Amino acid sequence: MLNIVVAVGFMAGLGLILATVLVIANRRLFVYEDPKIDEVEDLLPHSNCGACGTAGCRVFAEKLVVGELQPGACTVNSAEMNQIIANYLGVELGSQEAQVARLACAGGSNVAQRYGDYRGVESCRAAALVAGGGKGCAWGCLGLADCERVCDFDAIIMDRHDLPQVIDDLCTACGDCVDICPRDLFSLQPASHRLWVACKNLEKGDLAEAECVVACNGCGRCAADAPGELVTMVNNLAVIDYSQNTHASRVAIERCPTGAIVWLEGGVHKGQEAVKIVRKEALPLK
Amino acid sequence: MLNALFSSRSFKHGVHPPDFKALTSGLPIRRLPFADKLIVPLSQHTGKPSIPLVKPGQEVVRGEPIAEADGFFSVPQHAPATGRIENIRLMPSARGPKIESIILQVYGGSTQQEMYEYRHDVDAMNTDEIIQAVQNSGMVGLGGAAFPTHVKMKPPPEHRVDTLVANGCECEPYLTCDHRIMLEQPDRLIKGIRLFMRALGVERAVIGVEDNKMDAVRVIQKHLEPNDTISVMDVPTKYPQGAEKMLIQSVLGRRVPPGQLPSSVGVGVFNVGTLAQSGELLPLGRGVIERVVTVSGPGVERPGNYLVPVGTPVRFLLEHAGTTADAKEVILGGPMMGMTVSALDVPVTKAMSGMVVFEHDQENHQGPELPCIRCGYCLSACPMQLNPSMLGMLATSSDYETMASDYHLNDCFECGSCTYVCPSNIPLVQYFRIAKSVNRDMAAKA
Repeated sequence: MLNIVVAVGFMAGLGLILATVLVIANRRLFVYEDPKIDEVEDLLPHSNCGACGTAGCRVFAEKLVVGELQPGACTVNSAEMNQIIANYLGVELGSQEAQVARLACAGGSNVAQRYGDYRGVESCRAAALVAGGGKGCAWGCLGLADCERVCDFDAIIMDRHDLPQVIDDLCTACGDCVDICPRDLFSLQPASHRLWVACKNLEKGDLAEAECVVACNGCGRCAADAPGELVTMVNNLAVIDYSQNTHASRVAIERCPTGAIVWLEGGVHKGQEAVKIVRKEALPLK
Repeated sequence: MLNALFSSRSFKHGVHPPDFKALTSGLPIRRLPFADKLIVPLSQHTGKPSIPLVKPGQEVVRGEPIAEADGFFSVPQHAPATGRIENIRLMPSARGPKIESIILQVYGGSTQQEMYEYRHDVDAMNTDEIIQAVQNSGMVGLGGAAFPTHVKMKPPPEHRVDTLVANGCECEPYLTCDHRIMLEQPDRLIKGIRLFMRALGVERAVIGVEDNKMDAVRVIQKHLEPNDTISVMDVPTKYPQGAEKMLIQSVLGRRVPPGQLPSSVGVGVFNVGTLAQSGELLPLGRGVIERVVTVSGPGVERPGNYLVPVGTPVRFLLEHAGTTADAKEVILGGPMMGMTVSALDVPVTKAMSGMVVFEHDQENHQGPELPCIRCGYCLSACPMQLNPSMLGMLATSSDYETMASDYHLNDCFECGSCTYVCPSNIPLVQYFRIAKSVNRDMAAKA
C-alpha cells in the first residue's frame, strides 16, 4: 500500500516540478508572433517558388504583415485570393505585372542542324559540357528538358521537336528555368512584351542559316524599319530595347527573312516574308 | 626495412584500367603534313583570350607571333605555318562554344622553314626574364590542363618552392606522347628542367614516371650526371597517378591541402612535354606551334605519335591516321578524362595530348543506370578520398549546394575513377560536373 502511495506521490511531485519549469519557460522565453502571419500564410499558395523575391511563402507572409511588400507581388496566387489577403490586412493590393519565362530559341530538331549524336546523361547541363552536345548552333536549345524537369508548375512541356514550350497561364515567373538553362536562353519578361527575338545565334548570314533555318542571320532589316532605337543590331543579333516597348508593333516582324523575330499574342506570329517551315520530322545528322 | 615495406610510394585509392599503350608506345614520333587550312583559336588556354596582331589577308611566316597576350593571365599565339590569314572569326571549339579563331591558309609550295627567331642566352637570364620568355613562347600545360605555364612559375610570395616535379606519368590509357618525348628528347627535357629550376630557384627536381615506362626511366638516367640535382623516380602504375596532387604525394610524400596550390607545400609540377618543348624553344625565342599527339584506339588504322601543327583540324588528322569503317566516337584527350567531339572540324589545340577513336560496338558499353547499392567501391577508388556515393545521391535530388558545402565537391578533379568502378553504371562524374557547372553559374549570378 505504502509503495503505491510513494510512487503516486513521487510522480505527482515530479509532474508538479516539471510543470512549474514549463510555465516559467513559457513566460520567460515567449516570442510574440503576429497571428496574422499564420492566417496570411494559409491564404498563400505554399509553393515556395520565390517568384516574389523572398525565400518562401512564410517569409513573404511576414513581409506582408509588416507592410514591406504588397499582396500583388505574389504572381502564383489568383487575383481573388490576393484581394482577400489585401482586404484581411487592410492594405492596397498592389500590382506586379505578370511575367512569364520566354525562350530565346526556336531551333527545334526539324530546323536546327546537329553534327553529333549525344548519348549520355539526359541533361542539357551534361550535354553542354561535352563538346556542346552535338548541336550545330553553339547558342541554341539542346532539347534535353532540364527546364521541363525543374519547373514545379508543369508550365514547360517539350514539344515534338524537342523545344520547350512555356504555358503562359501556368508560368509563375519563379526563375528556376532561367537558372538551370546552360545556354541562358530563358529570361523573365513582362507579358506585355509582345515583340521577341527567338534566337541567340551570333553568326552572320549564310553561316547562321546553315546551322538553323530560323536563326537570326543579322541582316538588320528589322532594325532599319524600327521606330527610334527599338531594335538594334548587336553582334549580328537583333536586340530589342524594351524601354521603348510602346513603339513595338507587328511591323518589326514583317521583313524578317527567317522568322527569328516574332510577335507573341495568343500564339507565335511570324512575318509574311518568313520562311515557311513544313518539315515535321527531325533533320538527319550532318 | 619495415619502412620500405609499408611506405607504398603512392597515393591511396585509384583504379587500374587496362592501358592499351602497346598500340603506340613503340612507334617513333612522326611529322604530319600541313593541312590546307589551320584554325588557331585565340583561347586555347585558361585565362583571357589573346588579342590578334594580324589582319585578314596578311601574310605570315611560320613561327611569327599572330596574337599577343592580354595581360599576365594570357599567352600569345604563333603562326603554325607560312601562309595567308584568311579570316578571324568564330569557329567551333572542342569544348562546344564557338570562339574567335584565326584561320590561316597554308602556302602549299612553301618550305615551311621556321623563319621567326629571337635567340636568347638563357644562361644569362634572371628569373623574371625566364618567366617573360616562357610567356612569350605561348607555353601552356601541355598535359591537358592548358594553364599558362609562366603563371605557375610565379607562385604566391608566401609560398616557398623547393622542389620541381616533372610529370611523366601519363596515366591515361592509350596516350603515349609523353612516353615518346621522354625516350626521344631526354636532352631537351633535362635542359628545360634545369632552366625551370633556375627560374623557380629550386635545388632539386624529380621526374616522376609510372613504372610501365621503365625504358624511359633508363634513357633519362643515362643523360643525368652522377650526383645530379635531377633524379628520376618510378612510381606505381595506377590511375590517376598523373594528377598533380597524387604525384606530389607519391614522389615526395607531401599532401596538398584541399583547395590549395602545389606551391603551398613547396612544389612546382610541370608536364614533361611542357618542359621538353621549353628546353627547345626558349633559347631560340620561338613559340609553341606544334605538339605531339597520340592517335590511337580500335577505330584507327594507323595508330601513332604524330607531331602536329597547332590548329590542324581533327578531320585532317583522322584522314592521315585512317579510320576503320566502324569508327564512331572520337575522344580528344584520353578515354578517362577526355572530351568527345561532336564535330570533326575542331582544331588541335596546344593542350590536346591525344585522340582516341572507338568503334561502333564499343559505344554505350555500359548498361542502364541502376540504383546505388552502397557497395562503397567508389569510396575506395576516389583518389581525393571523397564520398562519391553520397555526392551522387545528393546530385539526384539536385542538392548542389550541400554537395559543395558539406561533401567537398570542389575537391573533385573529375578523374572518373568512381564512374569507372561503379557496378550500377551510375555516371557519377557526369553528375558532379553538372553540379559544378550549376554552382559556378549561381555564383556568377549572385
